[in-house]
Amino acid sequence: MSARIDTTLAKLRAEKRKALVAYLCIGDPSVDESVDLAVACAEAGADILELGTPFSDPSADGPAIARASSRALTKGGGLAATLAAAKKIRARTEVPLVLFGYANPIFVRGDERTIDDAADAGIDALLVVDLPLEEGAALRRRAGERNLAVVPLLAPTSSEGRAAQVQAAGKIAPVGFVYYVSVAGVTGAAKAPLAEASERAGALRAATSLPVIIGFGIATPDDARAAATKADGVVVGTALVKIVEEETTAEARRAGVTALVRSLRAALDRC
Amino acid sequence: MLASAAMSAGQTTTAATGAAARDGYFGEFGGRFVAETLVLALEELTRAMHDIVLQPDFQREWRELLASYVGRPTPLTEAKRLARAIDPSGAFLARLFLKREDLCHTGAHKINNAIGQTLLAKKLGKTRIIAETGAGQHGVATATACALFDLPCVVYMGEEDVARQAPNVGRMRLLGAEVVPVASGSRTLKDAMNEALRDWVTNVRTTHYCIGSAAGPHPYPELVASLQRVIGDEARVQILERTGRLPDAAIACVGGGSNAIGLFRGFLADESVALYGVEAAGHGVSSGKHAATLTAGRIGVLHGARSYVLCNDDGQIEEAHSISAGLDYPGVGPEHSHLKDTGRATYISATDDEALAAVSQVARLEGILTALETAHPFAKLGVIAAELAGKRGRPVDLLMCSSGRGDKDLETLLRRLPLGSGR
Repeated sequence: MSARIDTTLAKLRAEKRKALVAYLCIGDPSVDESVDLAVACAEAGADILELGTPFSDPSADGPAIARASSRALTKGGGLAATLAAAKKIRARTEVPLVLFGYANPIFVRGDERTIDDAADAGIDALLVVDLPLEEGAALRRRAGERNLAVVPLLAPTSSEGRAAQVQAAGKIAPVGFVYYVSVAGVTGAAKAPLAEASERAGALRAATSLPVIIGFGIATPDDARAAATKADGVVVGTALVKIVEEETTAEARRAGVTALVRSLRAALDRC
Repeated sequence: MLASAAMSAGQTTTAATGAAARDGYFGEFGGRFVAETLVLALEELTRAMHDIVLQPDFQREWRELLASYVGRPTPLTEAKRLARAIDPSGAFLARLFLKREDLCHTGAHKINNAIGQTLLAKKLGKTRIIAETGAGQHGVATATACALFDLPCVVYMGEEDVARQAPNVGRMRLLGAEVVPVASGSRTLKDAMNEALRDWVTNVRTTHYCIGSAAGPHPYPELVASLQRVIGDEARVQILERTGRLPDAAIACVGGGSNAIGLFRGFLADESVALYGVEAAGHGVSSGKHAATLTAGRIGVLHGARSYVLCNDDGQIEEAHSISAGLDYPGVGPEHSHLKDTGRATYISATDDEALAAVSQVARLEGILTALETAHPFAKLGVIAAELAGKRGRPVDLLMCSSGRGDKDLETLLRRLPLGSGR
């Protein structure tokens, strides 16, 4: 239910705190371990979880998430597995869940069935990277009927009128928040102009009265603080995915992910 | 103005049918399924297609280049010996004509589009060109156009294709292009396209992405078709001059489908002309190792457009298989999906073995060493002629797009085909 996101973000705003959104690729290193890692992120201080649905052709992702996606697919990952994982995560935490993925798996499963299954699994929002506003109407209508949010993305290259279109889309289904892409590029971009992105997020927030969360190129506590200044929060994905890739035991992966989320949390709470 | 029009269009049903559906759609197929970062660039490119490419000044300049540099118009060759080999008595195949795109500079039809898009990029002030390539023909064409227009060129190519189309990799490098081998996924055309999209999303302000097929997000399918239709437009005039009537069918190979849509566009309005696309059946459609997207795929979203795709029940794209790198793609241009669903065009498929046999046959009978892509429709001419003659009750005239030449395939051909020692 999108209300879970609204409540979470409103509470953070009232406390003058910034939201920390953690992205994990579900199925890397295995679907079961992803469930544990997601819960660990929530326990370490993530306010919202993005459940990355592996896709065979992740053309908006950089090499780290593309590799994770490809490993996950060999471990039974995919849309069906991510929905099943969401159900298990929901049984263990009340943190808002965003189903993050590409259009084809959703399209093949069917807009209605995907939304219904997501709602039943306790998912609160969908974010589909290759479904811009013009193509998302059918999914939005069904999401609206089931009180799920469909998170819109805006980018440095978005046109002037795009903010108004986001608001119009919000009349069909809740948006939850606006995901502002910090830099023209793929996930894991090395040199995102975070201070500039934060300014633009602040302007968008003022223009739309919607929460704006910044993603792409945020890896360290310093990055998180720089990006969050004028925004409602930040997304950290590639940095977490790399820990999962590099550590060799489940314990080390859990410890590494927990430590990064804690340090990001602490940095954001000093904003 | 544009934004609000796009928004209201976005609210119409995506299941809309009919040619007059939403801008960027062919019936229910097409659209613009891309990351937000690319939307503005695609809107700008759409405006440029209407305001520049389709205007007389651009057309004049582009056609002058096609004449003086590419070698257009390409000839129409009557393949008499092949026709008699296919149908000795002339009971079902009357005359067979080949539209000789293999005689274009760089060896295939791809140059028509590459010259057009690169000329456009120059006019838009873009300072860098990227492209994906499968067989390497589009990569060579783009590298050629970039040399001509003095623009840096980066070509993404799957590692498997780099290996099996080595001569074209060498040609691209000689022409000054950077060839980037792509090691992800199936290491073929679809992965090259993913990598090109990643580059474009990163460098969209300075870079033009020159897509080689009539696929991808709007406006690419329309842009590529509007450039490649020079094939069909020329062929229509030529065959009318030669025979005094329209052919019974126009035939071409279909991977993404650019030469096919280019040929078909010349005849879409001529209801008497049947349209046939021939896909790659690889080891056979029932083997699961094929690239026959329209024959055996389902409707999905790949590389920015809604169209037929090869994917599993979870929506994961499957690896295609074909001996021909240019047809080895699990998607297809959206206009072909529309032509299939409306019944205007018929899509069939030919296996690797059938294509190889056709290369051999066409070489010996017509003295034309055809590309493996082009060998697929050659392999099906008899089937098409027999079917159509049955329906029309008389022998038929066929027009086939001879889309490219086979020099690039020599290594594969020499390994797979027995070499004759004379007759």
